[in-house]
Amino acid sequence: MTTKPKIPAIELKDLTFWYRADGWQLHIPALSLASGQHLFVRGASGSGKTTLLNLLCGITVPNAGEIWLNGQALHQLSAAKRDKLRAADIGVVFQQLNLIPYLSVLDNVLLRAAFAKAPAAVMQQRAQDLLTALGLPASYWAQPASQLSVGQQQRVAIARALLTQPTLLIADEPTSALDADNRDAFMQVLLAEADKSGTTVIFVSHDQQLQRYFHYQLAMTDLAKGVVAC
Amino acid sequence: MLIKLARLSLWNRRGTALLTLLSLIISLVLLLGIDHIRKEARNSFTNTVSGTDLIVGARSGQLNLLLYSVFRIGNATANVSWQTYERIARHPQIAWTIPLSLGDSHRGYRVLGTNQSYFEHYRYASSQQLQFAEGAAFQGVYEAVLGAEVARQLGYTLGQEITLAHGIGAVSFSEHKDKPFTVTGILAPTGTPVDQTVHVSLEGIEAIHLDWQQGAPMPGRQISAEQALEMDLTPKAITAFMVGLNSRMATFVVQRQVNEFRGEPLTAILPGVALAELWQMLSMVENILLLITLLVLVAGLVGMMTTLLASMRERQREVAILRAVGASPWYLFWLIQLEVLLLTLMAMLGAAGLLVAALWGVQDWLAANYGLFISINPFSWYTLYWAGGILLSAAVLACIPALVAYRRALTDGLSIRL
Repeated sequence: MTTKPKIPAIELKDLTFWYRADGWQLHIPALSLASGQHLFVRGASGSGKTTLLNLLCGITVPNAGEIWLNGQALHQLSAAKRDKLRAADIGVVFQQLNLIPYLSVLDNVLLRAAFAKAPAAVMQQRAQDLLTALGLPASYWAQPASQLSVGQQQRVAIARALLTQPTLLIADEPTSALDADNRDAFMQVLLAEADKSGTTVIFVSHDQQLQRYFHYQLAMTDLAKGVVAC
Repeated sequence: MLIKLARLSLWNRRGTALLTLLSLIISLVLLLGIDHIRKEARNSFTNTVSGTDLIVGARSGQLNLLLYSVFRIGNATANVSWQTYERIARHPQIAWTIPLSLGDSHRGYRVLGTNQSYFEHYRYASSQQLQFAEGAAFQGVYEAVLGAEVARQLGYTLGQEITLAHGIGAVSFSEHKDKPFTVTGILAPTGTPVDQTVHVSLEGIEAIHLDWQQGAPMPGRQISAEQALEMDLTPKAITAFMVGLNSRMATFVVQRQVNEFRGEPLTAILPGVALAELWQMLSMVENILLLITLLVLVAGLVGMMTTLLASMRERQREVAILRAVGASPWYLFWLIQLEVLLLTLMAMLGAAGLLVAALWGVQDWLAANYGLFISINPFSWYTLYWAGGILLSAAVLACIPALVAYRRALTDGLSIRL
């Protein structure tokens, strides 16, 4: 399935992060994920999920250890370079409130293109294709994001996250606001579109029922023990 | 995208943005308006008298002389004798003179005794001559020319008979009832004290005082108006006189000669210099007014910052989303700055429009009621300094919410707190 070289999409080595030196610490001895794989990370709130997401996105840097994204040392890049890398290579889908309410659906998706410095015409086309594939045809595009249902908003968020065909997609409990039917539909389109883009997915949730969609599952507690997923 | 975001974000919060805009517009209109009126008032003040090279009166301070001769405020301490006036008027460097005789009034308005040379040589603003709205200058002894405001306030028209009162109070018990004056002319508004003056001839002033002595009617001596006309009406003294020279170069020479005049102690002043000195004394009030409007502006700007700071709470979602798609913390900083810039620019445009409209609206009213002539155009190159200063201070103050956005972007990361 992958024709890419053997560099892992994401690799963590002996990662340590703390807010205060004498307080709580997040420690991940090793984690490695090949390109195109889907990983489910299970964890209750307070287990360090959000911290892990901020680290993976390059919003925060670890106090010690290494993060490699597609062969680039995220932990060594400057803040500005990390911001650029995130624009092009990392997609994020939040729990909810993913969209800027006063922008149109299409503009919410294209918001990304402005930062990724990608050719506008190409991005425009891809945004429209993605939205259509996600069940949001042209009639929705000019609507303000605030007029969509929660399920529709989450699908717009997928389109935005995958717009630049990023290496990594990070989802932080994106289904928590959805009912069961919507949730299953959401999972299916998310993973299908990620596959089409060849994007590696890290999905964080406390909802164990979603595990079945993924190649690999991990608990936050296991991460700290040094279990390596490949 | 930055501009679109700032614009749409503002539009999204248009309720509070509009109120902020309104308070900014009000403070800017105040600032620009007061600055404009200040300049116009100074202009109109220093333009009260022009083209006159010297004003000569009995020896006194230069402000005192200026106040009673030009502004009709206060009283002369002594008079200038007619012989002295005639001698000085014959000076080879002197082109013309306007004699001024003050001391009487009509219903609170000062009466000025003068001659034809007043209507010919008196200049105000940028060398404007006095114009007649109706009628013409006085010819006979018992004829009067009214300033625009006198005629308007008292509702006088041509042919009206008026009596002059001795002294300068609004209510006087000693009136020159036996010698009424007929209005023969009404002057066009000038925006100077001329508007509040009743002009009569020097002979008229002399005639009404023939049977007076020491400021009271002489008992047992009555001279009727007709009898007075038969008598010699050459004035014995005048209060002051204005002087126009053949050449400006001679101003200081003639001034010194007048000041050193042997026959009588005299003072000659340069009206421009005296006006500037008087304005200096008034500029304190002007500066306080400006300071207050500056503070109003600061209050407006601080108000804008407060609403922006308050909005930062509801905008945490924006911060997180923009960070997630790759916006740097500086991008958020500039987003806030741009919003402030947009608001301030809109406020400045709105204030400019409102001010011009307001000036256009009140211009006629001010001219008619207060004799104030204010130009509609409040802008000059100087206004650009104001605009620059306002934008700069807005940008400096905007650093507070902008830095909050920047810090949020760094610390809160991708978490959306509800």
